[in-house]
Amino acid sequence: MLDDIRTNKREVIALAFLVVLVSVYLTTHPSGPTTYVLTIWANQCTVLALVAIAQFFAVLVRGLDLSVGAVMALTNTLASHLLIGSSTSIGLGLLAVLAVGSLCGLANGLAIVYGRIQPIVATLASASVFVGLALLLRPTPGGEIDFDLADALTLDIWGLPTALVILTVIVVVFWIPLRRTGFGLALYAIGSSQQAAFQSGTPVARVRLAAFVLAGLFAGVAGLFVSFITTTGDASIAPNYTLNSIAAVVLGGIALRGGVGSLFGALIGAFILKTISALMFFSGLPPLAQPFVEGLILAVAIAIGSADILRLRNRLEVFDR
Amino acid sequence: MTARLFNRVQLDADALVPWIASLIVILVGATVFPKFLSAGYLLQQLQIASFLGVLATGAMVVILLGHIDLSIPWVLGGAAILSTSLAGTGNPALVALAIPAALAFGALVGVINGIGVSIFRIPSMVWTLAVNAMLLGVAVLNTGGFNPKGEASALMSSLSTGSTIGLPHALIVWLCLCLLVFAILKRTTFGRYLIAIGNSEKATYLSGVETPRIVFGAFMLAGACSALGGVLLAGYANQAYQSMGDPYLMPTIAAVVIGGTSILGGKGSFVGTIGGAIFITLLTSVLSVMQISEAWRQIIFGSIVLSMLLAQNLRRRKA
Repeated sequence: MLDDIRTNKREVIALAFLVVLVSVYLTTHPSGPTTYVLTIWANQCTVLALVAIAQFFAVLVRGLDLSVGAVMALTNTLASHLLIGSSTSIGLGLLAVLAVGSLCGLANGLAIVYGRIQPIVATLASASVFVGLALLLRPTPGGEIDFDLADALTLDIWGLPTALVILTVIVVVFWIPLRRTGFGLALYAIGSSQQAAFQSGTPVARVRLAAFVLAGLFAGVAGLFVSFITTTGDASIAPNYTLNSIAAVVLGGIALRGGVGSLFGALIGAFILKTISALMFFSGLPPLAQPFVEGLILAVAIAIGSADILRLRNRLEVFDR
Repeated sequence: MTARLFNRVQLDADALVPWIASLIVILVGATVFPKFLSAGYLLQQLQIASFLGVLATGAMVVILLGHIDLSIPWVLGGAAILSTSLAGTGNPALVALAIPAALAFGALVGVINGIGVSIFRIPSMVWTLAVNAMLLGVAVLNTGGFNPKGEASALMSSLSTGSTIGLPHALIVWLCLCLLVFAILKRTTFGRYLIAIGNSEKATYLSGVETPRIVFGAFMLAGACSALGGVLLAGYANQAYQSMGDPYLMPTIAAVVIGGTSILGGKGSFVGTIGGAIFITLLTSVLSVMQISEAWRQIIFGSIVLSMLLAQNLRRRKA
């Protein structure tokens, strides 16, 4: 038990921080800890959590993905065209939206793995293309999503927000088994040392490609979830989510140099970020001061996350971080 | 010797890519609008490219170091707000302070960036992002979220919109800045160490260089460049407005990498970055003159940047 805590130190600290934040939020919220309050909070956190998962897969193999927000915008606008009508057409629409998300990830992966463009730069350029496509689909915000489906996924099941159930399912059914497969191991191996992974026979190119496809897929899921919350399509949501996804994974203890962290950490990071902004809203701070305090808390949290730098025994270890 | 010469030629070839691409854009544009070949149009494009070029010069210094500065938008915005507010007071002493104060502000933000990156070892990508968020907060707090009152001083307007014997002042400012930074990088130990850190920070530290000092210097230089960009843009628009810097972040980074500077640091060329800034400005201009919708502009822009980078990498692999 103690060993578990020690190996997952970053996640444990982040989780403790989150628990404090959420209890403060629920106790200070004017309407108290009702299911309704909890559901709204969970929905907002889940969007960022999903896009943080996307960023997590890219970061894990040493590839920052600056196009996750753009993929969200594209899938969100696509969903606003497809997710309406009969249940068959909605079903096909869901598949199409997720396929488009994965294709975006595949395009990124091909440019990065086989085109050998640095991930930051490649996704910077592809983001522009994806946002352009989203603007073609929805020049101005609009469209409609099937209300029954949206309600089913964004309300609650017996008092428990559906969004939290979805995230739990992702962790339990997808992440925990995946972590134990050869693929899961290879993701970490490549992040730690691409060369060592290659020399021990890991199919580096294919695994990295798969990581970027997963990033695209989860960005697509995030875009889909935005559609369920807002029930419209909006091409302008990209920049906010891209930047917040990076902040979320860092807060969740995932190292940008790759190979360190877990999907669970990404979720915690996202929840912390969104809870902070939710707290701001009811904190009684003057509204004009809120953006500054939000930025300050983000900076402090990140600085604390890297505070163990002060305890390194060997000066040189600093440069390997 | 031959290898060195070869290396040099290789670097130059990368740097030439955006120049050749610019030429193609002009020629293609001229087939639709003959006006594109006129000196007036080209000089005007160079003037607009100067704003992007000044920002790209600063961004390049940090990228050469192996880091990235995402605080460009609000350093730019903050400098613009600061300088126009000072100039707007009408007090001659404060008006004269407008530009120096803005540059000092940029350098100060550079110090904050440097603290996070070199002392706390926070990835620059995240730290400068957080600094950007804080600057946004400070700006909102100070201006109440409205466009700040104020105006550009005469000097600011002259720097960004004036011209002498046909040469836009902004272009002169840009080229002087390029020469200055080029000299710093190539002729001073600071510049040598900066490139060395970009190649291997550990090796540079082991050679006895106080690496944090160099990182601080680079971020201060970059901050001052972003601030200068803000001053020029405020002079151009004769005002500062909220989030005026946001549309400049991505094009700035694109201009640097198109010019052949490696995002990993340690390798890059000034000629390439200048070409990159000109190319992106020309491309944007041609696409908007052709009245292509925003959506298609984004798609074409992204695809062209992507294919240029692909072409560079494939050529490098062959060689």
